[in-house]
Amino acid sequence: MSKANIRKIIVVVDEIHREQGQPVSPPTRRAAAIAVIANPFAGQFVKNLDQLADIGEELGGLLGARAVAALGVAASQIESYGKAALVGENGELEHAAAILHPKFGKPLRAAVEKGAALVSSAKKRGGMGTPLDIPLGHKHAAFVRSHFDAMEVRVNDAPRADEILVAVAVTDSGRPLPRVGGLQKHEIKGEDGLR
Amino acid sequence: MPEIRLRKLVTGVEDIYHEGGPVAAIPRKRGWCLAVITNPFAGRYVADLQPFMDDLKPLGVDMAKRLIAALGVPADEIDGYGKGAIVGGAGELEHGALWHAPGGYAMREHLASSLAIVPSTKKVGGPGTRLDVPVTHKTASYVRSHFDAVEVGIDDSPRADEMLVALVMTVGPRVHNRAGGLAVTDIKIRDGQK
Repeated sequence: MSKANIRKIIVVVDEIHREQGQPVSPPTRRAAAIAVIANPFAGQFVKNLDQLADIGEELGGLLGARAVAALGVAASQIESYGKAALVGENGELEHAAAILHPKFGKPLRAAVEKGAALVSSAKKRGGMGTPLDIPLGHKHAAFVRSHFDAMEVRVNDAPRADEILVAVAVTDSGRPLPRVGGLQKHEIKGEDGLR
Repeated sequence: MPEIRLRKLVTGVEDIYHEGGPVAAIPRKRGWCLAVITNPFAGRYVADLQPFMDDLKPLGVDMAKRLIAALGVPADEIDGYGKGAIVGGAGELEHGALWHAPGGYAMREHLASSLAIVPSTKKVGGPGTRLDVPVTHKTASYVRSHFDAVEVGIDDSPRADEMLVALVMTVGPRVHNRAGGLAVTDIKIRDGQK
């Protein structure tokens, strides 16, 4: 039995083949997997949010796997990741926090084989069609500058007032044409999650 | 012959389990493939546009194949479709009309019994413009359970000298369809309408 009452799942892949007239070869690719779920605590103040943490644990694995599958690469080839949640108007920002922070990361890291770095996150409350920018950072080393990015997702009929939209983004590449320097991916040590 | 200059491809699939009612035995699927290309006619009036329709054909076929693959079901199970275009601000609505033939035929070539006209929409707009792509049943336009629309758009597209072209395919009826009318099982005339 699924912990989350899922109304729908959306998976999106984007590929950038050209940027400012320059070819991007191979194309940079990003995938997002989004679940629209019922918010069990909509319209009420509930002190203990453990149920949402358990839902987060389920969705971290499910959405991570769906996003990786959409890119069609081995989990080890995923380079960056991020997560975000958008709570419908009858819920609290804290509901997004309960989904994203206590238990979401471990199964998400398993879905991308492993990740030493913090999973960047964003959360907000909003109505149907609100755009959500999922932040992205390198999975092994948060300081890799070429992989700082964000992927915008938007579902026209979600979240309804009593729903939460939960999203994961992954890439097998950084930004197209990165050239702002900083730590390069070949310099990653991958031990402390930072460098 | 202007080459197709592709900047970006976006492919999405949505699985719909319910909309507040009973959970569907088979989730409904809706998918879209969007391509952002340079508009070779941006910024000037060009009288003869039609050769570009041929140039768009391979792109249409590639997008149709990607979309079928992304939906992850046998092509026979795909039973609804639609198409559309958003032309950036330095172009004309007429440029979007060039997508009708290459977009439509690319899908119909790959979907059996696709007798119905592919419904379409188009507009001129800036980056982030949303387009509601109409959807009808591929064999008979009047099948009521399959009337729908899929909203698409890309935050950074189309730029002024670009156009965004879209294909949409669906699998199954609206998840809680109960508005009556012509049912899939009633398709008899096979004229693309009923």
